[in-house]
Amino acid sequence: MERIPILKMGDCLLVTIQVDMHDRLATTLQDDLTERIVAARARGVLIDISALEIVDSFIGRTLGNIAAMSRVLDARTVVVGMQPAVAITLVELGLALPGVSTALNVEKGMALIGRALGRAEADGGPET
Amino acid sequence: MVSKSGSRLAEIVARHEQELVPEWLNQQLAAVSARRDLVNDGELKEQSRRFVEKLRVGLEGMDGNLDLAAPAWAGARELLDELSRTRARQGFSPSETAAFVLSLKQPLYDRLRGDLARDPEALTSELWKSTVILDKLGLYVMEVYQKNREEVIARQQQEMLELSTPVVQLWDGILALPLIGTLDSARTQVVMETLLQSIVQTGAALAIIDITGVPTVDTLVAQHLLKTVAAARLMGAECIISGIRPQIAQTIVHLGVELGEVVTKATLADAFAIALARTGRTVVRTAAAGAR
Repeated sequence: MERIPILKMGDCLLVTIQVDMHDRLATTLQDDLTERIVAARARGVLIDISALEIVDSFIGRTLGNIAAMSRVLDARTVVVGMQPAVAITLVELGLALPGVSTALNVEKGMALIGRALGRAEADGGPET
Repeated sequence: MVSKSGSRLAEIVARHEQELVPEWLNQQLAAVSARRDLVNDGELKEQSRRFVEKLRVGLEGMDGNLDLAAPAWAGARELLDELSRTRARQGFSPSETAAFVLSLKQPLYDRLRGDLARDPEALTSELWKSTVILDKLGLYVMEVYQKNREEVIARQQQEMLELSTPVVQLWDGILALPLIGTLDSARTQVVMETLLQSIVQTGAALAIIDITGVPTVDTLVAQHLLKTVAAARLMGAECIISGIRPQIAQTIVHLGVELGEVVTKATLADAFAIALARTGRTVVRTAAAGAR
């Protein structure tokens, strides 16, 4: 079955969505990610959606849920690289993902997680 | 009406074509609406001559139902199109433009009266017919005139839309979006798209939306602003709203608009200072300038 890979970097998990999301894939990702957070005792989760060009209300809500679940599991979650069209769609759908941190790109997202975990900004570099 | 009814009128116009033109021309020049400052006599004469000619063609080819859409009137319509368009551009008023066609009535009636004096019934029917035709032509001129004006308005709206949504880069990583004029849904869409596009291009983490130039903020405008802020936040950029005038602050509170966590500042300068501080920068007065 098709799966979205979850990479581990130190105590952070990196999820890069490279394909168009469909409902099944989204729920699978939700299951996998929560399992991995617990198994790896991850403290940060970074979800890169820069390749995602189309979202519907379900995918939007699932993204919000995934972020909320990671937070419940005490992992700082950052959604990075959202496309303008996706951002507009989510806002119009009323899914502004409250409480989810966002960043422009992976680099800035890692820096944000690093800062939030009170770590010296060595991995992401200072924000310019 | 019988099918050959147009031909009698056409006959009279054809017979008197030579005299009709100068008479009509005098009529036009004598009228208050003649804008001799905008169109010269030679040009007007040429237009009049061509129109009478086209009118004759139209009358000759016309069937009983006095329909201007008929192919025989194509020449006249084309001429009026062009005339109306140029006059609208030259600054003629609507009535001055319509007067071109309508002032033909009097010389035409004079001719009809002269030719059909002994046949009152025919005179009445031809008069009626010419009135209908000239009125229709007059209305046609007005329609074209109006359409041209509307095109101008539509074009200006488009230009305003483009003019009024610049995104400027204040500093590395700091964008400013000075909004001018009322925000409606269409403009918000453009504003949102340009802002998000610029965020992607410049990688800016902060955007200042300045609403000094927005005359009024009602619930709808506030909602549009908040949508833009939310969309920018989703992409990872934070927004600061600046340029909130005292009256606007009062309106926002009276309307019960909830701005939530959005940072608001009274002036663009304040917002810029905050933005610099957030990106870890300070502005320092150098000694030389400080001594001034």
